[in-house]
Amino acid sequence: MTTVYVPRDSAALAVGADEVAAALQAQAALLGLPLTLVRNGSRGLFWLEPLVEVVTPAGRIAYGPVTPEDVPALLAAGMLQGRPHALCQGATEAIPYLARQERLTFARMGVTDPLSLADYEAHEGWQGLDRALAMEQAAVVQAVLDSGLRGRGGAAFPAGIKWKTVAGASAAQKYVVCNADEGDSGTFSDRMTMEGDPYVLIEGMAIAGLAVGADRGYVYIRSEYPHAVATMREAIQRATQAGVLGDHVRGSGRAFHLEVRKAAGAYVCGEETAMLESIEGKRGIVRAKPPLPALAGLFGQPTVINNVISLASVPIILARGAAFYRDYGMGRSRGTLPFQLAGNILHGGLVEKAFGVSLRELVFDYGGGTRSGRPVKAIQVGGPLGTYVPEAKWDVPLDYEAYAAFGAVVGHGGIVVHDDTADMAQLARYAMEFCALESCGKCTPCRIGSTRGVEVIDRVIRGDNRAQQVMLLRDLCDTMLHGSLCAMGGMTPYPVLSALEHYAEDFGIAAPQQRAA
Amino acid sequence: MKPNPLSAKDQARVAELIAAHRGQPGALLPLLHAVQDALGHVPDDVVPPIARALNLSRAEVHGVVTYYHFFRRAPAGRTVVQVCRAESCQACGAEALLQQAEQLLGCGRHETRADGAVTLEPVYCLGLCASSPALQIDDRLHARVTPQRLQALLAEVPAAADREAVR
Repeated sequence: MTTVYVPRDSAALAVGADEVAAALQAQAALLGLPLTLVRNGSRGLFWLEPLVEVVTPAGRIAYGPVTPEDVPALLAAGMLQGRPHALCQGATEAIPYLARQERLTFARMGVTDPLSLADYEAHEGWQGLDRALAMEQAAVVQAVLDSGLRGRGGAAFPAGIKWKTVAGASAAQKYVVCNADEGDSGTFSDRMTMEGDPYVLIEGMAIAGLAVGADRGYVYIRSEYPHAVATMREAIQRATQAGVLGDHVRGSGRAFHLEVRKAAGAYVCGEETAMLESIEGKRGIVRAKPPLPALAGLFGQPTVINNVISLASVPIILARGAAFYRDYGMGRSRGTLPFQLAGNILHGGLVEKAFGVSLRELVFDYGGGTRSGRPVKAIQVGGPLGTYVPEAKWDVPLDYEAYAAFGAVVGHGGIVVHDDTADMAQLARYAMEFCALESCGKCTPCRIGSTRGVEVIDRVIRGDNRAQQVMLLRDLCDTMLHGSLCAMGGMTPYPVLSALEHYAEDFGIAAPQQRAA
Repeated sequence: MKPNPLSAKDQARVAELIAAHRGQPGALLPLLHAVQDALGHVPDDVVPPIARALNLSRAEVHGVVTYYHFFRRAPAGRTVVQVCRAESCQACGAEALLQQAEQLLGCGRHETRADGAVTLEPVYCLGLCASSPALQIDDRLHARVTPQRLQALLAEVPAAADREAVR
């Protein structure tokens, strides 16, 4: 009996993985070839999806991208024995894109059946949780502090400090909330985790609960991710039945209950306080801080809020020790980040690397440049509120501080590539338009500034008193940067100003006049 | 008078959903999701009973329904086509794809065609950014969509003039 893997990740389904799986089963039955089909997560090599893997004595052999029409020829060529074919990529783990990564948080991604508890346990699952259960609460918090783990959602705040604050607060009820409202264009690592390795998130949240004394958690998942919602719900149910969640976490007598809350399509609910409002059943309007959510968060109680990747990185920190994790990375950016290569890129996918890798390495060595074959013009790093990084900065190491030093953000690790057909003035206009659409409306710089921003950029593009309007745009961006309540209005100027700064000609400004403007 | 008052059956269904959800903390979003799952949209008629059950004002419930893009106050077309318009897909021709969809369907963005056959919506990120451009037709996701592929996918939606075929 040969085991064959066909991914169930949304991005594989979107290019026909279900049809490939059905064709494989039908054709194998026709030929009398026995096979066991496993629907795994994606390896994150999305240009090869649907990526079919066959288990052979020499390890897992990959074939991709496979269409249903390829299946008869693949089976005839001896795919089930791992034999050569034009689509054969060789041993999966030897594919350079994958072999050169440092997969810690994504160690199991694409390897296991996402919902199989046996598979999870066989691949280091629950080791971090068991370790945490045997430790003092304060020691668990200390381990996360020592690992140097910072918030992977974008703000990069040290996770251990948040946990320590919540652990130190006294309240009858505390919460752990996982922010899975991954709305940034160019990011999909949260989605992959929830669809491809949901138990690692459950384990990370349970550890957080134990560490701070919270017995209840919520995963707030965006409504655009129906597969992630379904997989997380199923995983929580199975973990509860298996005694991992519930009143006695792994038989310890300590409780942790977990529930999925489905968002409803408001980008700003990725901001932590807007998310809390949303879970409470209100409009997702940003709260003023203080009070910090760590002290007065969900339903007014002390609450740990972390992104999916932050929480999913916790199990390996506990299982292998803080020092193991801290040894990756550079400066104050410790560990790894799952970078997401997106947009106009030949080899789009997920690349987990230690901090310190450069944009040039990611986009060219891994990504292979643009898919269109045209020159790369601009690379937006860190989501729609991130800076367009110009070529002069492509060799700067990806590190929170190094990026901040030139006014950019690493954010959630999303990298969107544009070729030379991109109109940067239109992209700047789009950033303002998006902000106007998604602003929660609480603060004026964001609510009004974004609409005025669209108008001013339109006048700049039209050449309507351009020099004065450019000055007005810079002024407006300054107000939004410093006067907004949260990152929505506060960071929309990043893409706008970086586009204006580095691609002035797209705004109708001749390059020499750029400095004068 | 409202054009489509809630049928007795739908009223009963909503009452069941309210009863199932009212006890949980922060019940409003899960309840509205359940209503939309059951009825296809959140009709204005459900606002008063939900407000009463959750001890909220009608304005508060209305505010939540209208705040979130996901909730519909009117039924969608029989097919819902969502084209991603976020940066990553824009870098791969999403805007041209959206315009092509408008032409092929005879339906503007953010609109439901007069015959009720289709709704066309831009969306902001389906999370398939490594395989842009992406779109969703009802529950099915499609990535690396070419103009040819879009044409083939939308061929299954009845043409605008062909109303009889829709019935």
